[in-house]
Amino acid sequence: MEMNRRTFLVTSAAVTGGLALGFRLPFGPAVARAQDGSPEVGVWVAIAPDDTVNIRVVRSEMGQGTITGLAQLVAEELECDWSKVRIEYPTPGESVKRKRPWGEFSTGGSRGIRESHEYVRKGGAAARVMLVQAAADQWKVPASECTAANSVITHAKSKRRTTYGKVAEAAARLPVPQDVPLKDPKSWKLVGKPVKRLDTHDKVNGKMTYGIDLKMPGMLNAAIKACPVFGGTVKSFDANAVSSMKGVRKVVQVGDNAVAVVADSWWQAKTALDKLPITWDEGANAKVSQESINEMLKAGLDADQAFVGNKMGGDVKQALSGAAKRVEAVYAYPFQNHACMEPMNITARYTPDKCEVWGPTQNGEGAFAAVLAASGLPADKVDVYKTMLGGGFGRRGAYPDDYVTQAVLMAKQMPGTPIKMLWSREEDMLHGRYHPIMQCKLVGGLDANGELTALHMRLSGQSILAAVRPEVVQAQKGRDPLSFQGVFESGEHQFSYTVPNLLIDHAMRNTHVPPGFWRGVNINQNAVFIESFMDELAEAAGKDPLEFRRKLLANNPRGLGVLNAVCEKIGWGKPAPQGRYRGFAVLKAFNSYVAGAAEISVKDNKVKVHRLIGATDPGYAVNPAQIDRQVAGSFVYGLSALFFQECTVKDGHIEQTNFHEYNSMRIAQMPKVESIIMPTGGSVWGGVGEPTICVAAPAVLNALYRATGKRIRTVPLKNHGIELV
Amino acid sequence: MIRLTINGKAHQVDVDPNTPLLWVIREQVGLTGTKYGCGIAQCGACTVHIDGAPMRSCSFPVSAAAGKKITTIEGLAQGGKLHKVQQAWLQHDVPQCGYCQSGMIMAAAALLKDKPNPTDADIDAAITNICRCGTFQQVREAIHMAANGNAKV
Repeated sequence: MEMNRRTFLVTSAAVTGGLALGFRLPFGPAVARAQDGSPEVGVWVAIAPDDTVNIRVVRSEMGQGTITGLAQLVAEELECDWSKVRIEYPTPGESVKRKRPWGEFSTGGSRGIRESHEYVRKGGAAARVMLVQAAADQWKVPASECTAANSVITHAKSKRRTTYGKVAEAAARLPVPQDVPLKDPKSWKLVGKPVKRLDTHDKVNGKMTYGIDLKMPGMLNAAIKACPVFGGTVKSFDANAVSSMKGVRKVVQVGDNAVAVVADSWWQAKTALDKLPITWDEGANAKVSQESINEMLKAGLDADQAFVGNKMGGDVKQALSGAAKRVEAVYAYPFQNHACMEPMNITARYTPDKCEVWGPTQNGEGAFAAVLAASGLPADKVDVYKTMLGGGFGRRGAYPDDYVTQAVLMAKQMPGTPIKMLWSREEDMLHGRYHPIMQCKLVGGLDANGELTALHMRLSGQSILAAVRPEVVQAQKGRDPLSFQGVFESGEHQFSYTVPNLLIDHAMRNTHVPPGFWRGVNINQNAVFIESFMDELAEAAGKDPLEFRRKLLANNPRGLGVLNAVCEKIGWGKPAPQGRYRGFAVLKAFNSYVAGAAEISVKDNKVKVHRLIGATDPGYAVNPAQIDRQVAGSFVYGLSALFFQECTVKDGHIEQTNFHEYNSMRIAQMPKVESIIMPTGGSVWGGVGEPTICVAAPAVLNALYRATGKRIRTVPLKNHGIELV
Repeated sequence: MIRLTINGKAHQVDVDPNTPLLWVIREQVGLTGTKYGCGIAQCGACTVHIDGAPMRSCSFPVSAAAGKKITTIEGLAQGGKLHKVQQAWLQHDVPQCGYCQSGMIMAAAALLKDKPNPTDADIDAAITNICRCGTFQQVREAIHMAANGNAKV
């Protein structure tokens, strides 16, 4: 049975899925086509006779606006009519067949735009040249005499004009030119404009299809439960106890650690699963507690062995011992779940000839690899069809033995039947890929003038890469460079400050709790640690925290630029309104320079956030309206984490099971974020989705200290009796 | 058999009477705009109107909905014309991932029916939905826009 993918994937005028088969042969007449039959003009665009422009995007849309931004970049060079632009997701299977013409699918690390802007613009430019050439060939005039704008090609001399749609078939047969010069950013007409998103319409009428919404003929629904203790396995389960319940079709073991009920409806599956007697072999990890993890990390704070992420000057310990004043503090940051609004899910269908999955993933190619491994089929018999993601934040990246693997292992036990597997919220909370747990000891040395002469920042805690990309850690002789996000020696996460004697190192202490990428990941705790401590140092030096930082930022003009911008906007240096207190923070992350400032009041341990300022210098701002939303949204995510969120371990499993124990900010608690988007150009593009998340929490913590006189050094604030109102 | 009226259309469903209304709407009736987020009435992604009042359908047994007038996100538009809240949402480009937005829109529509010109405090009290993307300021602005009759697409 060959299903028509359009029936369940084309849910929006803007977002379609899957490509028609067929690909370009070197000299033959075959032309690759989009799903609506329109011919490909180069690999990035396909244009229909009615001038509809299908722009290919392989990065995943999860709310961050990447499909709109990437389409703007292609359309800018293509010179097409923006109102006729549609998005098409090529599949990883198609990509493999065609030797990855669209490059990397993985959507994380704020890379969607900053790492593909050049090749997608080149794709748009090449298509424009091909379309103009096709028109010129038809008119038998030199292409150099023709111009293109708004999907119309004009030959002014002969007063002839045609549209992209009319010449697309001919253009598709031309060779794709390489290295067509790109526009000077100064002449951009569409890039840099706050155009509306391409995917909004179906998000306001209920028609957008998320993975959870998929429907297919003959599809069954599965609810699944894995051993709550990470590393534990299934000992036994009594399928007979539930097999006669209404709607139940099958009870299956999935891998060595999970059991699923497959039923007509998901509610039936979940109800039966709740009643299913399962005995787990919890293994040795059942002895692990939050206290034992905390103790292990604490020991790392003073351990001899640690990986160096940043070192300057001579012997930092000697410099510290010779300092006129020594300041020391220990901070801690917990495990946190992503809590995407749409719980993990995927739909899989397996036959010995083909294994396909449909659903939300931030990494189509990662999901493809998981299907390959779990199905045992070769690459030409496997594919992945992406839906809209109901949130991602790093949770829907490629992790070993995650939800895609589960669904395929399940589908293999019911060949031919599509099975939609959906995790309950409780399952989602218990089987996350958690924000790594970290402690940090900071020691600073001030000279007699109150200048910072030495700083040692010792991290102790979990490494994500050691768990999910061990080969990277191996290549770095055991170091996880991502642990130093925002405080690294160089590159996109370079430490903001110049300190004469500096040591930032990491005692790796891995736990049995699986870590994952979590919007910004390590910049969250690193910003809390360093930016809180900078305020502590400034106070010990008897200096204003802005003046104290400015001196240390002398070699970092863009960092200083964003910091000055937020401080000016919040009125730093001028008196705050009665009863209000301010704080700020600055960091470099994902090649963007970001700063935040907060103004709060506190009454009886109840915190009200009155103002939030966020500034970013990402080099280039493709869509300022979407950047504005990402800045504000990142503050909601970051402050939810600061005030409420912590996953704790008891008897080897996570204790928090749902939003009543793992809260998230509501509208009443969130002021308008005043964003400052201040791109300064240059050759390096910065990211947008993540960087600003990290400055909200330390800005609020620094304001909180000023309001209360009490420095809080562990997250979340609820553990200190502090409420957000 | 339980008789339901959803978006003006009569349905008969053969389910356990304790099944949450959410799952009947999604699985038996086939309207998937109403979303599952938590199952314990915390997040509001499943908000529908029952006799005009906003209700978290994940924690509302289908048997209690019998004979009542149920409206889901798919039934909010009338005569092919989007509800003013939907229009404001479109005009103000509110959604990010969009998953929570059906519930957010249903809560906002109920608020405006109750209070045609809500204050910020009214919005704070009525809109308690979780949005992990953090669309709150656009939500607030779009509600005011819809209230002022400025929402046109």
